[in-house]
Amino acid sequence: MISALQKIYVKNDQLKAYTLLSPALILIIIAMAAPMLVMIITSFNTQISMVEIDRTFTFDRYEDFFSKPIFSMLLFRSLKISFLVTVLTLLTTYPLAYYIAFYVKKNKMLWIILMTLPFWTSYLLRVFSWKVILGNKGVINSALVGSGLIDEPLGFLLYNQGAVVLTLAHAWAAFAILPLYVSLDKIDKSLLEASYDLGNSKFETFIRVTLPLSLPGIIGAILIIFIPTVGDYVTPQMVGGTDGRMLSNMIQSLFGRANNFPLGAASAVLMLSSVCIIAGIVTYITKKLTLRMS
Amino acid sequence: MYKKNNSLLVYCIFYFLFLYIPVFLLPIFSFNDSFHMVFPLKGFTFDWYIEMWNKARLHKALWNSIKVGVITAIISTFIALFAAKAFTRYRVKYSGLSYGALLLPFIIPEIIIAVAFIVIWTSMGLKLGLIPITISHILYCTPFCLLILISRMDGFDKSLEEASMDLGENIFGTFWRVTFPLLLPGIIASLLLSFVISFDEFILAFFLSSSDQTLPIYMWSQLRFPKKLPHVLALGAIIIVATSFIVMLSYWFRNLGQSNNNRGSHI
Amino acid sequence: MVNNDFIKLRNISKKFDDVIAVDSLDLDISEGEFFSLLGPSGCGKTTLLRILAGFEYPTTGSVFIDNSDVTNQTPNLRPSNMVFQNYAIFPHINVQRNIEFGLRKEKLSREELNLRVKESLKMVQLEGYEERFSNQLSGGQRQRVALARALVKRPKVLLLDEPLGALDKKLREEMQIELRNLQKELGITFIFVTHDQEEAMTMSDRVAVMNEGKILQISPPKELYNKPVNKFVSEFIGNINLLETSIIDENDKNLTLDILNIGKQDFNKNIFNSKLSENIFVALRPEDISIKKEKIETADINIKGIVKNVSFYGESTYFYVKVEGINKLLMVSNFVDQVSINENDECSLGINLENIKLVS
Repeated sequence: MISALQKIYVKNDQLKAYTLLSPALILIIIAMAAPMLVMIITSFNTQISMVEIDRTFTFDRYEDFFSKPIFSMLLFRSLKISFLVTVLTLLTTYPLAYYIAFYVKKNKMLWIILMTLPFWTSYLLRVFSWKVILGNKGVINSALVGSGLIDEPLGFLLYNQGAVVLTLAHAWAAFAILPLYVSLDKIDKSLLEASYDLGNSKFETFIRVTLPLSLPGIIGAILIIFIPTVGDYVTPQMVGGTDGRMLSNMIQSLFGRANNFPLGAASAVLMLSSVCIIAGIVTYITKKLTLRMS
Repeated sequence: MYKKNNSLLVYCIFYFLFLYIPVFLLPIFSFNDSFHMVFPLKGFTFDWYIEMWNKARLHKALWNSIKVGVITAIISTFIALFAAKAFTRYRVKYSGLSYGALLLPFIIPEIIIAVAFIVIWTSMGLKLGLIPITISHILYCTPFCLLILISRMDGFDKSLEEASMDLGENIFGTFWRVTFPLLLPGIIASLLLSFVISFDEFILAFFLSSSDQTLPIYMWSQLRFPKKLPHVLALGAIIIVATSFIVMLSYWFRNLGQSNNNRGSHI
Repeated sequence: MVNNDFIKLRNISKKFDDVIAVDSLDLDISEGEFFSLLGPSGCGKTTLLRILAGFEYPTTGSVFIDNSDVTNQTPNLRPSNMVFQNYAIFPHINVQRNIEFGLRKEKLSREELNLRVKESLKMVQLEGYEERFSNQLSGGQRQRVALARALVKRPKVLLLDEPLGALDKKLREEMQIELRNLQKELGITFIFVTHDQEEAMTMSDRVAVMNEGKILQISPPKELYNKPVNKFVSEFIGNINLLETSIIDENDKNLTLDILNIGKQDFNKNIFNSKLSENIFVALRPEDISIKKEKIETADINIKGIVKNVSFYGESTYFYVKVEGINKLLMVSNFVDQVSINENDECSLGINLENIKLVS
């Protein structure tokens, strides 16, 4: 009996593969799928006291969300900020990845390590550092005032959406550099030479060959920056002020002081679904645009 | 065609400064003899490091972070190791689907996972604390480990394992004598990086902690008070140096014994 | 007494998803034989070898080696060893430890191990390389290490998966001779997979030509060349001219064919190797056609043509000749350029009836 089972097992690659995959799949089911399911269910419930939740099905939390303008405003602002962060990060890191992929000959690895190392150091401290740099008594203002260039510190640097975008673009740079570099580095250099040889200028070659071939990297970067940053909490909390408050700060208070788990869950559900839809649209448009240009 | 491009190089240097100035700022102020983070610097002091040394709550938080980090690193690396083997060595049905599902925690905003965890944890009547933090960290780190280990496994040919089987070793012997030694640098890199990620992770820990603090939460709670700020800077400086060292080490391990053409794949 | 069915494959099929890689195939290989599996890529030859080694399990059928059924045995328990296409030298251990890798189960002493490793390295002429690592070896040396590592186990069967494919031409030819000599010396059964027909022809006792998961012909090299069983084999082995033809008349002994531009001819049925079918071709090797400027008196058939192209290959010269009524240029070879015929010259082609093969 056992040997017969063994025989089936030895011969069945699917069985072996899924045995190996099972711990990971169990993890995903227990620690991601199930909690998210419960979260979705909770978003259709009602908080009746500090600890009690009425489990009757209702759409009221979604109605609450859309009837109070602050929620939609925060959601829209979160999406806007993460969209701006994505664009800014892509634009600023593309030349970098391009340089490393095409111009750096020796020690490419060292460049990559140096460009991604800051990402691994404490997120909290990096964000805090921007607060120090941009603040009224911060590095930039104290330097400018000290040197006599201005009399009053520049107040517009900190506590607004711009500060949030800048800080996030700094924090997520590694997530753009890596996929962009990998896709650019894969491009066969003879393709670019062929394009050059066929009469395209360097710029035309870039638009018609390099850019479309780096599309997988661009799309990868869009997905891994746009989606996670929409839910960022630390940055708006530290450098955003009232102007830079995002939906995640609201969600945090719904699970904290405001103590309304169902409404918090509904906000989270709406945040995730809207960001996924928009990410899908952005990816689609990017694909079309790049291919159109070539 | 691609010999030199000075304007791009200049841009790269500026970007480099943009990346590093915020990172270097804190360690500089950690030696500054003042509560305020303002230039010009006042004077050089080790006081904040000494103060840091004497904070009992900080020690507790550090110990918690190390516990969570070590357990997270070991479990997520193990889970990823098996999964990487399945993806690289078998033609799995629906492999695209499972692969995508395993990478999801890497993309979904952490706050969503945090919220989902709180909801399920409290609805089951369980207490928040280090256990849900660790589980959520394992979930969050596994995609990183998986990517590292898959690229390592792609770096050596399946036929090496087949050769071992062919020469008389069974599955376990083959794993122990061929797969494991060849994967070891990748495994170490995966352990180190997942430890660093867990050690630095804030949001999940912030939502899911109760009385037990991890180090980032301790720092968060201290950052608000100017008087307590300097010793957090000292702590931050040490963390930055230590994590940089660990990450460098892990990069070094990842490239150990790797052929040149395989160096393009990172993370 | 030679064991004729030392290796026995019965009704072997292998399906990958919907692709049939090996199609209900039977095969017997004798002890001590140098046997080649030859075919274009994707013909199933490598899959068949991997079924023999135990890396793939057949969807149907059984595998016997030396009278024992190994169909469900894992590779580590089989009496066969393999030389991999990319050699699969373990990069983390040196040559010495690579070669003794498979001897762990034999529980030999250090001295015995060293002796065995030394012996096998001597066999492949690689003495003194014990301390080297894979990345310090050339392609040819890696190949020898892979060979030594497999042979040190004293297998009953050695499986070789295109082991010479990655070597340059000269080294490949040297290795062909060495492999052949080694096989004769050791008397081990070699099963050799290749897509290179020359390689298969020069080394093997018998060659099996495969296509689309089936074995089309198993013959000694000479027979394969001279008596191909069908059109595919005739085209795959060496160069050949195929002329369309149709059957006009048929009786017990003879076939009468109408060959384009040559006219009606009678053929004895026993020169026809394939099964009879409508679509038969007259097959002529380039060296079976003689070429001269004037009519060739000794030939049974003479055809006129115009030389379109002359290629000089050193030991022989190839002429590509346009003949009226035949679409393709005829390929004619001649040892050393005895006749001074240039491009665009008119020429005469001579064919002897006994050299004509019929295939379908």
